[in-house]
Amino acid sequence: MRRFRRNIIILMVSKMVAPYIMLFAFYVIFHGHLSPGGGFQGGTLLSAAILLMRLTAGIKLGERQFKRILGTPLGSLGVLIYFGVGFLALLWGGEFLNYAYLPFGLTPEKLRYLGILLVEIGVGIAVAAILVSIYDDLLEHNNE
Amino acid sequence: MSNFAYISVAILLTLGIYGMVLKKNLVKKLIGMTILQVAVIMFFIASAVKGGATVPVLDERLGIPNPIHYISPLQHCLMLTAIVVGVATSGVAFALAILIYRRFKTLDEGILLQRMGEK
Amino acid sequence: MISHNSPALIPLISLGSAIALPLIAFKKKALAHPFTLLVSFTMVILSFYNIARVWQGERITYHFGGWLPPVGIEYLLDPLSAFIACVINTVAFFVLIHAGGILEREVPHRTVPYYALILLFLCGANGIIITGDVFNLYVFLEIFSLAGYGLIAVGERAAVVASFRYLILGTLGASFYLLGVGFLYIVTGSLNMADLKRIIAVIPVNPALIAALALMVTGMALKMALFPLHGWLPDAYTYAPSTTSALIAPIGTKVAAYVLIRLLFFVFGIKITVDTIPLLDVIGYMAAAGVLYGSLLAIAQKEMKRMLAYSSVAQIGYIGIGLSLANPMGYIGAVLHILNHAFMKGALFLVAGNLRNGSGHSEIPRFDARLRKKYPGGMAAFSVAALSMIGIPPMAGFFSKWYLSLGAVEKSNWVMLAVILISSLLNAVYFTRIWERVYLIKGNEENDDTLLQEKEPLILLVPTLILSFSLILLGLGNSFLVTKIIARIIPPGM
Repeated sequence: MRRFRRNIIILMVSKMVAPYIMLFAFYVIFHGHLSPGGGFQGGTLLSAAILLMRLTAGIKLGERQFKRILGTPLGSLGVLIYFGVGFLALLWGGEFLNYAYLPFGLTPEKLRYLGILLVEIGVGIAVAAILVSIYDDLLEHNNE
Repeated sequence: MSNFAYISVAILLTLGIYGMVLKKNLVKKLIGMTILQVAVIMFFIASAVKGGATVPVLDERLGIPNPIHYISPLQHCLMLTAIVVGVATSGVAFALAILIYRRFKTLDEGILLQRMGEK
Repeated sequence: MISHNSPALIPLISLGSAIALPLIAFKKKALAHPFTLLVSFTMVILSFYNIARVWQGERITYHFGGWLPPVGIEYLLDPLSAFIACVINTVAFFVLIHAGGILEREVPHRTVPYYALILLFLCGANGIIITGDVFNLYVFLEIFSLAGYGLIAVGERAAVVASFRYLILGTLGASFYLLGVGFLYIVTGSLNMADLKRIIAVIPVNPALIAALALMVTGMALKMALFPLHGWLPDAYTYAPSTTSALIAPIGTKVAAYVLIRLLFFVFGIKITVDTIPLLDVIGYMAAAGVLYGSLLAIAQKEMKRMLAYSSVAQIGYIGIGLSLANPMGYIGAVLHILNHAFMKGALFLVAGNLRNGSGHSEIPRFDARLRKKYPGGMAAFSVAALSMIGIPPMAGFFSKWYLSLGAVEKSNWVMLAVILISSLLNAVYFTRIWERVYLIKGNEENDDTLLQEKEPLILLVPTLILSFSLILLGLGNSFLVTKIIARIIPPGM
């Protein structure tokens, strides 16, 4: 396998483009109920933004943005947010994932809107973290 | 040609199963598996289309919401889940393939079966 | 709150614990095993609570998110699903007790992710059993399968290849099932099992419906390891760690058999599967061929776990024969065999794990009478389970074969009766091989098995003895089980 070599054009372009990809990913997560999008799609875009820096600048520099050991705990955290919202609804009298029973004191329509939003954020965090951690695990043993 | 979608799905299914069964390299088997999963997803999406209908996002220009103006969104939601399942399966499969290569130094199924038998 | 939510609590608790386990056991790795045992015990208590709620024959439904079916996802508790949930959670609990003693030696440094995968596996299995929605079943089927691939891959040197092959074939089966769900949705417009039953009873039989049935049955037969589609099973059971084999063998294939029962008899109904197309006959002949093939090949094996794997192929064939007879006796035999085989194979794989722990191998040509002298408890458990597999009363295995034979006689199907009787003789052959070596062949002291000095630790011995001797209890109490529970879940039309 050839040694990793940095190319100045690719590095400049990806440094300029990656923040916009991340911003677009957040847009897709938050507008999932109005336009095509949602948690999984936005999470994939977010992981693409992080992986772009890892691919072009190498693991050592890419780690400054998102550390390698953060992958699995963030994934667990995201799924726990999803599960926590559903379980909160269960504890307050409704069924699992019945957002109208969340204890935040709004009308049932606004509560369902809030519930879906929290769930999508959880899914987005989990998917992004897990996709980055898959990439890190597969390339763990290559030296640069 | 009203069956065009189903014929293409059938061709993709055949290609996927051919790759999974008849190719000897493990990565080519995985590519066949991905083609098979994509064929099933295309089948669902093709079944959701209605003539003269638009995307299932509420549009004020069409007046009172009437289901006849929008295509069926249920299959699309089901396929989001199926795509996630496919991604997870591919992740596990590639991790296993890399582990096999590190342990046995080959990705060819014939040689692999020989090396499995010896200690 | 518990009684309102009880159908859904079992998969939810295991899912939440699986996610929380890496965070809980982050500092102290030894916390993983007690936590998993606690969760598994809670699941056993909840499943007995569930069956106490429904055993008179009523059905309890639970709607996720408050959305009523057919719009929402529905979980359904009827005596069949509550019964099978009890069986698998109980077997899993005893296997997890056994895991505490053997896991450190077989899977070093990776016990915390391993327990998390076990909890995900149990979540998937329970979800498949309790759900009432065909697409939700696909989701839980994939959770259960992916956890299984991971559990198998951490075994011996060749375990990764066995897991890879299981992955390819398992994904093939799940994709076929999904394609069948697609056809079913196009024809009927609903994904809820009770709704599908209502709609399928009134629409005319068209090729799309038959295609849906064929695809779903093929996918599930691949997961269940019915005869020609069993190729992944021997390698996967042999090379996996002992705890994984003892978990996947009793639970994995039984869950797929349950899905077949649900689809063939409760959703599609006898009218289509027996009268319109001869689907049950095909399943019956494939299963009969599998019984003979599995029993014959088990005689030829040199390694105990591989022999038990081929024996599993044969026992799944018994369940297939029971389903194909399509009369009450055969159905009772099939469901009773699900219960009995789970306990029998669980006990036998735990004995194999004990032998590996004690002497480092489980190869049959190297067995001799020292095993019986050093490990009397383990060999007693093996003997009881083996007698039950052969079908000697009062052990439980006799009664499921009895009901299957009665069902075959009632249908005048002499081929199936002959297959059941001949395979019992073949079972006797391959278990007698082990008995002969362990009871009659003396060992010489200058043999190379140096690990033979240890006694069996209690944590390994007690679950094996409990699983094995409960076969006697299940056998003596089988009339209670059949009349009070199984007779209430005979599908309509039989």
